[in-house]
Amino acid sequence: MAVTGILLVLFLIVHMLGNLKIFTGETSFDHYAHWLRDLGTPLLPTTWYLWIQRAVLTVAVLAHIGAATVLAVRARAARPVAYAHRRKIHVNYAARTMRWGGVIILLFVIYHILDLTTGHLNPQGDAANPYGNVVADFAPERWYVTLFYTLAIVTLGFHLRHGAFSAFRSLGQQTPKGERRARAAALVFAVVLCAGYLVVPFAVLTGLVA
Amino acid sequence: MNLTLRIWRQTGPEDKGRMVTYPVPDVSPDMSFLEMLDVLNERLILDGEEPVAFDHDCREGICGACSLMINGEAHGPQRGTTACQLHMRQFSDGETIDIEPWRARAFPVVKDLVVNRNAFDKIIAAGGYVTAPTGSAPEAHSTPVAKEDADAAFSAAACIGCGACVAACPNGSGMLFTAAKVTQLSLLPQGQPERYTRVIGMVDAHDEAGFGGCTNIGECSSACPKGIPLNTIGRLNRDYLKATTKRAGTPGS
Amino acid sequence: MDLYTEGNPIADTRAPDGPVETRWDRHRFDMKLVNPANRRKLTVIVVGTGLAGGSAAATLGEQGYHVKSYCYQDSPRRAHSIAAQGGINAAKNYRNDGDSVHRLFYDTVKGGDFRSRESNVHRLAEVSVNIIDQCVAQGVPFAREYGGLLDTRSFGGAQVQRTFYARGQTGQQLLLGAYQALERQIGLGNVEMNARHEMLELVVVDGRARGIVVRDMVTGEISTEMADAVVLASGGYGNVFYLSTNAKGCNVTASWRAHRKGAYFANPCYTQIHPTCIPVSGDHQSKLTLMSESLRNDGRVWVPKVKGDDRSPRDIPEDERDYYLERIYPSFGNLVPRDIASRAAKNVCDEGRGVGPTGLGVYLDFADAIGRLGRKAIEAKYGNLFEMYERITGEDPYEVPMRIYPAVHYTMGGLWVDYDLQSTIPGLFVIGEANFSDHGANRLGASALMQGLADGYFVLPSTLANYLAANPMEKVEASHPEAVAARTEVEERLRRLLAINGDRTVDSFHRELGQIMWEHCGMERSEAGLRKAIDEIRALREQFWQRARVPGDGEGLNQSLEKAGRVADFFELAELMCIDALHREESCGGHFRAEHQTPDGEAERDDDRFAYVAAWEYAADAGTPVLHKEDLVFEYVHPSQRSYK
Repeated sequence: MAVTGILLVLFLIVHMLGNLKIFTGETSFDHYAHWLRDLGTPLLPTTWYLWIQRAVLTVAVLAHIGAATVLAVRARAARPVAYAHRRKIHVNYAARTMRWGGVIILLFVIYHILDLTTGHLNPQGDAANPYGNVVADFAPERWYVTLFYTLAIVTLGFHLRHGAFSAFRSLGQQTPKGERRARAAALVFAVVLCAGYLVVPFAVLTGLVA
Repeated sequence: MNLTLRIWRQTGPEDKGRMVTYPVPDVSPDMSFLEMLDVLNERLILDGEEPVAFDHDCREGICGACSLMINGEAHGPQRGTTACQLHMRQFSDGETIDIEPWRARAFPVVKDLVVNRNAFDKIIAAGGYVTAPTGSAPEAHSTPVAKEDADAAFSAAACIGCGACVAACPNGSGMLFTAAKVTQLSLLPQGQPERYTRVIGMVDAHDEAGFGGCTNIGECSSACPKGIPLNTIGRLNRDYLKATTKRAGTPGS
Repeated sequence: MDLYTEGNPIADTRAPDGPVETRWDRHRFDMKLVNPANRRKLTVIVVGTGLAGGSAAATLGEQGYHVKSYCYQDSPRRAHSIAAQGGINAAKNYRNDGDSVHRLFYDTVKGGDFRSRESNVHRLAEVSVNIIDQCVAQGVPFAREYGGLLDTRSFGGAQVQRTFYARGQTGQQLLLGAYQALERQIGLGNVEMNARHEMLELVVVDGRARGIVVRDMVTGEISTEMADAVVLASGGYGNVFYLSTNAKGCNVTASWRAHRKGAYFANPCYTQIHPTCIPVSGDHQSKLTLMSESLRNDGRVWVPKVKGDDRSPRDIPEDERDYYLERIYPSFGNLVPRDIASRAAKNVCDEGRGVGPTGLGVYLDFADAIGRLGRKAIEAKYGNLFEMYERITGEDPYEVPMRIYPAVHYTMGGLWVDYDLQSTIPGLFVIGEANFSDHGANRLGASALMQGLADGYFVLPSTLANYLAANPMEKVEASHPEAVAARTEVEERLRRLLAINGDRTVDSFHRELGQIMWEHCGMERSEAGLRKAIDEIRALREQFWQRARVPGDGEGLNQSLEKAGRVADFFELAELMCIDALHREESCGGHFRAEHQTPDGEAERDDDRFAYVAAWEYAADAGTPVLHKEDLVFEYVHPSQRSYK
């Protein structure tokens, strides 16, 4: 769980940094998008690197889901009779929304790929002009897309907050002081990542990026 | 105080079980929760009914026998308190209180509110000890132990093995119990020789018993009447990783 | 007297002569050994998994015997040793404050008010140092100093700091150490653990203890378990008083069944009453909670000077308070020994000056200490105790003085054993609180844990081997007529209990029995009171067998049935306790006879007439118990009167 999670988190960081290039202008952003396809050349043929990365990420996602499923199945098996009266969890919202949050994020990722990678669900869907795709996607009249995107990112934030802390713990974070730091780091990381992802659609929505 | 109790009644392991409602009038706020159940039981006996079976022994919060889920909370609403030390002044007149047994596959119900927690003993038997046969011990002062380590080991060793961690965990995991013992012994020099075989043995026994996996939610620690800290699980994880990756058991490593 | 008859004196023939310092060493050398290859073929039953039973079963398992262990709790880890708070004594002299094996020996004999055996006590003091080594090696997290060495404190008025501790949970940590060693043996298959099993009868074949009859408390199944020797480690009988600091399940049944089969019961009247417990709050009270004795180091004990003063304690001015311990015992003040502090509290309450809703309580006031040392310092020392007090009573002891009252805590009496810890039935060994051997008439603080572990880890494994080596035995099956008879007796008894079907709960009888015992056989006993108590107990016992209501059946878990069997045995024990208390016309340690006190109210021992162990034989035919006296000889510690003025 922790290892696959970390791979995915690394991707999220890079992906966010890439997204932020939208503020450097259309040419720069499109250049970045095309550069991704050329990455690794001439050692590798064009787009090979991208496919390798996609393969690794897919494996990570599947492994992540697999591990989560094992845990969920074990949890269900470990309590065959449910409590008649169950109090809400004391500890935190993030921790108890991991499973459904994960499902929401998965659905979002599928949509997101169909939208901005393959372009099937994008109003413009022009592979040569990713910048335009993004602007068209989050246009003010398509506010519901932005809303869905926002909800998904916030869910991702919660998922990351507990996920990051949990990864520290699973990999052996063991002191009380370290626990406070790990929790704080997880929170800051989740907030920064959320902000980094949300700033793009809102910039489009408000016309900052056009 | 007048209370209404809804108690899980189950005649034996095969019975399906159900919640049964009992009014309990004239409860003194100075009673402990178990004394309130005693009063109910005496009335049930005189009325020709079966009294409610529940585990209890020391009634001073240390033996770990009591195991009641009270209104959906392990050991009830007061933090750091076992059900036997919970007093009725924590409840208000007219309240309805739900009482259920610990729920976990590894803790099958024996009768009513009594469950079988033998799985915990099995986890200890799988490595929760230091091999030190009687008579083999060196002089106690031959190995000093840093005070902070001894204190931290004690905090983990304060576990009473009641099973509230399992009962409270949404995953039904017994990791806090397991980690408390691993932490105690891995902090002390006496526990080092078996450090890595211990953690593997105990985690295997834990999984085999049918407990769920840990997802670091922290519900266990907040339900724990002895406040065993969640970071003990980090210590267990670290030892487990070391044990599985560095071949800590191989000679010379 | 009509209540008992006197039989032949009894002697401890196993105790060696010669210098006390070398008796145990010489004895160990003289004892026979069992070849390691033969141990596997020998089965030993151990009843109880507290400090004594747990450590014995683990050690015997390590040595290679086939051990069968039984406990009534759902796990061996829950035996009531777990609740011991204070600490464990050992003559390590790490403080260089003048402690030694001889001093611990001396203090224990003197503390026991000269009613224990010198040989036994000396062995206990010798072994004490090994216990600490053993427990540290097991990973018991004792308190430590900054230098990494073990910390010790002075406890219960001792002049040396010989008490090792693990915060206020020493018993728990020591027990978990023994429990883990036991679980290791269970995992290795050397010990067969039977939790939730209750011993209901002893099987004696050809005069030797050869097995027990147990009830599986989950299935209700009765089974007969055979062995080459039986070890009882079933604890004390303080619950005869109904209210005590013992766990609810603590009972005398194992010991009492053995007594009925021929094991003598020694000094049953010696009970320790602890002065600092939380008072009873009402009729619903099911047990009493001990507050560590250390509280008396800083708290001042007082009651109002005039009776019926029901003002709030903070409104009672200084000159209207009676700090009675400081007044009567100016040199020891609030730190007088347990028995004296307890009796003094009872006296002021009898005068009508007790405090709290029931009038059975005295104040333990920290206002001075808080004023002098600051709230922080008090919090650091006693924070957890204050919290516990507040949890139970709902009162904040930083603001309002605590209320305390004495409660039954420990029983020094128990089955009679010789130096080898063997009872009068060959092959039946008794260890820990269940035997009578080491504490005399009064136990020192932090000595119970020491004795339990000394017996279990170090003494019993040697002496039991000697017995097994010296007495090769034929195998006996559970189908042996004696075993079948024992089993039938158990089944019959359970049937009888279930058949009463009366109109009173077992608890109501137990409560009433407890009141009789507390009133007449508690802190202060008198001839008239004890005679009255005996009559009342007999009448109540008869009522019990006619009117008790035990619901359910014998199949499966039936907590009412378990309770009924235990209470039935408490009735019989209670009578013997009163007879013992009645016959002992002196005051010593935990036994105070109103008729035997000095003009200023102190205990008056009578060494000329009573320097003996009273070992009682159960005589079903005679109808009254038979007293066998074991004379006590003091060669090293000469009896003197205790004085704390």
